[in-house]
Amino acid sequence: MSKTTFLGKFFGHGEAVEAEVQHEEAFYRAGQWQLVWWKFKRHRLAQVSMAVLAVFYFVAIFAEFLSPHDPMRRFQGRLAHPPTAIHIRDTQGRFRAPFIYGTEQGRDPVTFRPIHVADPDSIHPIRLLVRGDPYRFWGLFPTDVHLFGTAGEDAMPIYILGTDSIGRDVLSRIFYGGRISLSIGLVGIAISFVLGLLLGGISGFFGGAIDDVIQRVIEVLTTLPQIPLWMALAAALPREWPQLRIYFATTLILSIFGWTGLARIVRGRLLSMREEDFVLAARLDGESEWTIIVRYMLPGFASYIIISLTGSLPGMILGETALSFLGIGLNPPTISWGVMLQQAQNIMNVAHFPWVLWPVPVVVIAVLMFNFVGDGLRDAADPYMS
Amino acid sequence: MLAYIIRRILRAFPQIILISILTFIIIQLPPGDLVTQQILNLQASGVEVSQQHAEMLMRQYGLDRPMHERYLLWIGNIVTRFDFGYSYAWQKPVAEVIMDRMGYTFAIALLSAILTWVVAIPVGIFVAVKQYSITDYFVTFMTFIGMAVPGFFLAMVIMYVALTRFGIRVGGLFSPEYMVQPWSWGKFLDLLSNLWLPVVLLGIGGTAGTIRTMRAMMLDELRKLYVTVARAKGLSETQILVRYPVRVAINPIISGLMWLLPWLFSGGLLVEIVLNLPTAGPALYSALLAQDMHMAGAYILIVGALTIVSAIFSDILLAVSDPRIRFGAVEGA
Repeated sequence: MSKTTFLGKFFGHGEAVEAEVQHEEAFYRAGQWQLVWWKFKRHRLAQVSMAVLAVFYFVAIFAEFLSPHDPMRRFQGRLAHPPTAIHIRDTQGRFRAPFIYGTEQGRDPVTFRPIHVADPDSIHPIRLLVRGDPYRFWGLFPTDVHLFGTAGEDAMPIYILGTDSIGRDVLSRIFYGGRISLSIGLVGIAISFVLGLLLGGISGFFGGAIDDVIQRVIEVLTTLPQIPLWMALAAALPREWPQLRIYFATTLILSIFGWTGLARIVRGRLLSMREEDFVLAARLDGESEWTIIVRYMLPGFASYIIISLTGSLPGMILGETALSFLGIGLNPPTISWGVMLQQAQNIMNVAHFPWVLWPVPVVVIAVLMFNFVGDGLRDAADPYMS
Repeated sequence: MLAYIIRRILRAFPQIILISILTFIIIQLPPGDLVTQQILNLQASGVEVSQQHAEMLMRQYGLDRPMHERYLLWIGNIVTRFDFGYSYAWQKPVAEVIMDRMGYTFAIALLSAILTWVVAIPVGIFVAVKQYSITDYFVTFMTFIGMAVPGFFLAMVIMYVALTRFGIRVGGLFSPEYMVQPWSWGKFLDLLSNLWLPVVLLGIGGTAGTIRTMRAMMLDELRKLYVTVARAKGLSETQILVRYPVRVAINPIISGLMWLLPWLFSGGLLVEIVLNLPTAGPALYSALLAQDMHMAGAYILIVGALTIVSAIFSDILLAVSDPRIRFGAVEGA
């Protein structure tokens, strides 16, 4: 393809890597991972997605500092508070630093439902590095400084995305929820990685009856419907278990399907590579079987492993969200995006305070970004193909 | 051909047995069993349960026997009498709860599958032919979104929009006036008017995935020399497409039949729960909330067995459509 449009660049279509690398010598001397990186860089969408995901993880890591409130704090009298709009012009039309209006409780004149009415005389400027709810940063350093918020004892608290039905700040909860929702996929693929490598390796290396059994199990697992099985296993977890154990049990359940794809790849590669000349050469050289697998064969399919793992990540994030949403995965007081969506199970809740749906776009964006990165990796994985 | 079909069917038996064992393990998972639950229920309602009574219940359900005997008893009841056990969450035999609901679940999954193919195959072919066009990029982008947004999210958003903008409560399969009525033409039309939403919601993800597979396969095939030859022979573009590359490119879609079904059941379960349909999904959900595993066992076993049957079906279809598989040159699926 000589003609490369802007859109083409965006999706990673375009000239071969060779054209990008001016010095041909550099291309031939570059290692495998260098080539993969060059090719991945051509996939703009994947790169942008990588950056977005980096921001997501950054926010999750520094959630305590970045979130304006304690995610557990219930603001009395501010239940289901709508998002506080940020203004830069007051009622007299004067420009000023970003601020929010204070609100008072009122009643809807028609339905008599409690509502929150903005008071144009009560102006609360948004400050950086304000003192707010105390917390222990990473559970270590006690402090009460938050990146932004409104200052003062009786200042109107800022709710960028509103509060939920019992008055907790939605934005802060999304930040904290990212810790669970974004890490569950990583722990999940770590488990899948170990299981897939181990079982796929055993299957491909020993062959015979063990291979047959493992292959049949994989076949059966792929014919089973994921979500019903996840639901059944998650529902079987004892309710009285502590949060942390439920968390790990859930990741274990989510990785039940994740390892099968990887095991198949590992087995297939091991079988086909055993016949390769370089493996024979290594064997004649007197290398041990272990060294042959790890030093000679593994680098040959490491990229496939990465693709298979990134491929199962979005499914795990969605799985956690679905299970927690249904109330059979994680449950309060654990904060995850799925747990937050439990409030959206009641459609009347959603109708009256739609901002509890905010985790939906957040999950969708995270999954979308992982899909794009996975797509870019898939294209980049085999750098020797044009 | 017949030998191939018979071999294929024989291969399915160990799979079904493995699935049934797995299902049985799941049923045994939660702490406590049917009898403990019943005893608790009886005690809660003020009935004193004697040791003798408890032992009688244990014997009645075969809980005093070793695990493998209980498995044989369980699977025997299913095979011979279609008895999937008793659901204490529903206070009814599982088969009674799940059977007529399963029908709707299948109808939805089947219609979604048909919708998926009818939309995805032509669109996939079209964007492959028009590679790198605006349409191609637009469709590619939409398929990414379609794959990232699960049906139950869309269901929630649509319910919200319908309720606040139009004042309609979406959900269910029948309007209230038809809910308890016997079947009639009106009730059937009412069902159709409610059925399309879950079908579409469920079909979106699969459609997106199938478009991507179809596009990738078509692109591979279109590059091949036989297409050039066909063109050189003076065939029209439509003839070239339909005669050769489409027939090859459709293979993974046919073998995809196998994964499409469990996939539709997975996604369908959540859509059904959110839309609160009178189908198998919500029944399973409410049973699971009470840790009633017999319902889940029945659901997984039925869907698993059906997937295996559809896998046989798709392998036979593949053999019909691809002579290489029929004559054993390529290992099918």
